[in-house]
Amino acid sequence: MNQLSYPILSMIIFLPVLGSLVILITRRSWETVAKWIALATSIGTFLLSLTLFTDFDKTTHKMQFVEKHSWIPNWNINYYLGVDGISVLFVLLSTLTAILCVLISWESITKKVKEFYIAILLTTAFMIGVFCSLDFFLFYLFWEAMLIPMFLIIGVWGGPNRIYAAIKFFLYTLVGSVLMLVGIIVLYFNSGNTFDILTMMTMKYPYTMQMWLFWAFFAAFAVKVPMWPVHTWLPDAHTEAPTAGSVILAAVLIKMGAYGFLRFSLPLLPEASRAMTPVMLTLSVIAIIYGAVICLAQTDLKRLIAYSSVSHMGFVTLGIFALNTQGVEGGILQMLNHGIVTGALFLSVGIVYDRTHTRQIADYGGLATEMPIYSAFFMVFTLSAIGLPATNGFVGEILILLGGFTANKLAGVLACTGIIIGAGYMLWLYQRVFFMEVNPKLHALSDMNIRETITLLPMLILVFWIGVYPNSYLSFLHVSVQHLLERVNAGGGTQELQIAKTILEVIR
Amino acid sequence: MNFPLPDLNPVMPEILMTALALIVLLLDLLIRKKEVVALISMAGTALIGLSLFTSSGITFGGMYISDGYSTFFKIIFFLNVILSILISIKYIAVEKVNYGEYYSLILFSTIGMMIMASASDLIVLYLGLELMALSTYVLAGFIRHRLKSTESALKYFLLGAFSSAFLLYGISIIYGLTGTTDIKAIAAFIAEKGLAGNLALLLSISFFIVAFGFKIAAAPFHMWAPDVYEGAPTSVTAFMSVGPKAAGFAVLGRVFLTAFVAAKVDWALILIPVAILTMAVGNIIALSQTNIKRMLAYSSIAHAGYALLGIITANGEGLASMMNYLMIYAFMNIGAFAVIIMLRSEGFRGEDISDYEGLSKTHPLAAMLMLIFMFSLTGIPPTAGFIGKFYIFMAAINAGYTWLVIVAVIFSAISAYFYLRIVMYMYMRDPKTDVVLTTSFSNGVALGITAVAVLFIGVLPSALLNFAKAAIAGF
Repeated sequence: MNQLSYPILSMIIFLPVLGSLVILITRRSWETVAKWIALATSIGTFLLSLTLFTDFDKTTHKMQFVEKHSWIPNWNINYYLGVDGISVLFVLLSTLTAILCVLISWESITKKVKEFYIAILLTTAFMIGVFCSLDFFLFYLFWEAMLIPMFLIIGVWGGPNRIYAAIKFFLYTLVGSVLMLVGIIVLYFNSGNTFDILTMMTMKYPYTMQMWLFWAFFAAFAVKVPMWPVHTWLPDAHTEAPTAGSVILAAVLIKMGAYGFLRFSLPLLPEASRAMTPVMLTLSVIAIIYGAVICLAQTDLKRLIAYSSVSHMGFVTLGIFALNTQGVEGGILQMLNHGIVTGALFLSVGIVYDRTHTRQIADYGGLATEMPIYSAFFMVFTLSAIGLPATNGFVGEILILLGGFTANKLAGVLACTGIIIGAGYMLWLYQRVFFMEVNPKLHALSDMNIRETITLLPMLILVFWIGVYPNSYLSFLHVSVQHLLERVNAGGGTQELQIAKTILEVIR
Repeated sequence: MNFPLPDLNPVMPEILMTALALIVLLLDLLIRKKEVVALISMAGTALIGLSLFTSSGITFGGMYISDGYSTFFKIIFFLNVILSILISIKYIAVEKVNYGEYYSLILFSTIGMMIMASASDLIVLYLGLELMALSTYVLAGFIRHRLKSTESALKYFLLGAFSSAFLLYGISIIYGLTGTTDIKAIAAFIAEKGLAGNLALLLSISFFIVAFGFKIAAAPFHMWAPDVYEGAPTSVTAFMSVGPKAAGFAVLGRVFLTAFVAAKVDWALILIPVAILTMAVGNIIALSQTNIKRMLAYSSIAHAGYALLGIITANGEGLASMMNYLMIYAFMNIGAFAVIIMLRSEGFRGEDISDYEGLSKTHPLAAMLMLIFMFSLTGIPPTAGFIGKFYIFMAAINAGYTWLVIVAVIFSAISAYFYLRIVMYMYMRDPKTDVVLTTSFSNGVALGITAVAVLFIGVLPSALLNFAKAAIAGF
């Protein structure tokens, strides 16, 4: 069903593509024009996507804003788009991130400006496509196509070790993806020759096949998340990418893995997902603790934040595979939170990197004296990353831990240690960078300008908005998550469902 | 004595093509400007292409067949001729071998391929194969003042002759076994007598695999490919990597799925390791190449491995996916060669991968096109290469070869590394040498056609898929 009279999702996907084509035909020397076109396009896309926020019907789990056209009839492939409560927020996150990426790169990107903005806009379009696709083939197309611009963003505009990082990123992701492709084709033949995800979800697949498929999908999604032990591309990619690239990676791209689990693994392969819960919980807990401990040893700002992503995404997968309402809703909200906070942290690092051109923590110190506004912003994001109440991090983590405890007490307890270590490394980082003696190299550093403040402001607002009144976002999730869990827990696991429901009642 | 004239309609494109090749050979004596000869060859090929759609049927007592299957392959051959000539015109002038025979040799070689695609008798098949091969040997050594070119021609000739001998041996065993060389009659005989597990038949099948494996450059019969691809003129390399390979697959499909269809369990057992080895050798050795033509030679070996999956599948869907793949491969591979050819200029070879350093800075358009072709060869959507692989994998999984597809996708992921390396050199390094591109209008046309085709098929593959499917309808 599409409550609007126009194909809103296609417009959101293809407006950035259009923008990139316009930039492509502009002259190479018109760099400012390219920037403004990119900015206008991304703002336009964001404004368009706001319609999804306002017109979304929260009372149904059905797909909304649906578009369906026959595309490759030989294989029964359709151009099939739609969003539900699980995906709609990620579309908004993607469109918002695009604006911030354009803004933060305004002055820091000086070579191949035209190509840079084309790559950013194309990445945005493909990311939105991933979240909107309801056809598995279309999904895979967007999922893979996004590698091309992202590979270039890291490899062309990144740091000193960028080529290594870019190729590692590409190969890791590709190996996972092609295994998923095999899984998709197997699924196609077992669901009566269709790529339609909604139809696939109504079928029941033999248990052994589900197991195989689960691991095939795991290969693709776990690399993207990234789950331990396939996370090693992430520190390199995040560290070497230009600021905008790190932001896209942290805010949206790695969410696609977790989204994949939610959209495909759980509803398509419910029995296998349930059976594999212990494994997934274990991997999540390892990621939480391992990521956090590694963070303590980092000397590079971006690398530290990158490893903190491993830890935070561990929370997300923990929540998802708790397979109860709080866990899953918390997981989804935490994906959003992580996108906002880590995105904001990378933006912040980018701001200071543009001034000092160093990422080493040791080169900083006493920044609070030189850049007071900046320090205030950074403080908020730090506290949110730790999960202080009244910030968004708290809401997500508490929901996940509730879900985690319900599913497996030990996992819940161990995950909590992750939060403690998290507070340790984040506060220690803040202390080393912003307090203590002012590093002589940092004298006369200008504070954030208006462009940079505008870039960070939306993130700041979101941190408190979600922190104080999460329901304006959680309300999108309830019905869809409920529907998802009914599918996953159908025919078994009803006991957990009951417990989860009781706890939810108590909270309310 | 009464000799009724056989039905010439099925063989009309070949007759016209032969006439064209002879006319081009004669005109070469009269016309000083070789560009005109090239133009006539292309225009003639395009016109004769129209006759493909009207010719169909069986003639010469069942020795020659023109059906959807052969027509599809002939379209690949014609595209190959036109695209190869487009990229040759300027190039052979730069190489100082601007002779008219070049074009007639390309045409003669193509006639050989057409005969192969249409052969319904092993002797006719052999005729076509030899015509194709002999013309290509000469083409490979066309730059006669360069030692490497001559060496490659000799190497190709010696190994090619060797593989022809295998083919003849295989044919003679089959003849001894069944008393016929007619492909359909062989199939009927094998089915009737229940010869499926016969040792002599297996030996003959093995010889066929050796001979055809040589033509499609499948491992372990691929040894010639890197040297020949490197030494031959670049335009000929482009021509060879598509035409003879497609022709090899055409006869492989026809012989194995018609004559030997009853023994398909047996030959699948031989072809599966061949396919895996081909993908492994192609993709892994390509990783360490420093010469781009050599790298693409190994890449072409690897692609033969993927296409072999279509034959192994051994059903209509598999054949259609293999044909679809070869068509797409023609576009993306000749496209890549069209970029490579531009780097060759007076006094500059432009064949080292390091010559691509910083190309995006000096020649952004050429770099972007190369990027598209490289991603297409890797098989990343939304390019045609992805559609080609997807179809092959789908057909193979449907036939129950899921494990083989997993092997294939792993190798496909490995291949990403060496294709990406080109992209990396172009986009992520700074230019070291000042590369001057040899641009020409005709090469630009070739680039335009191939790039548009790669992107168009990547996004809207329906037309090509329908065509491939329709082509195997009467097989």
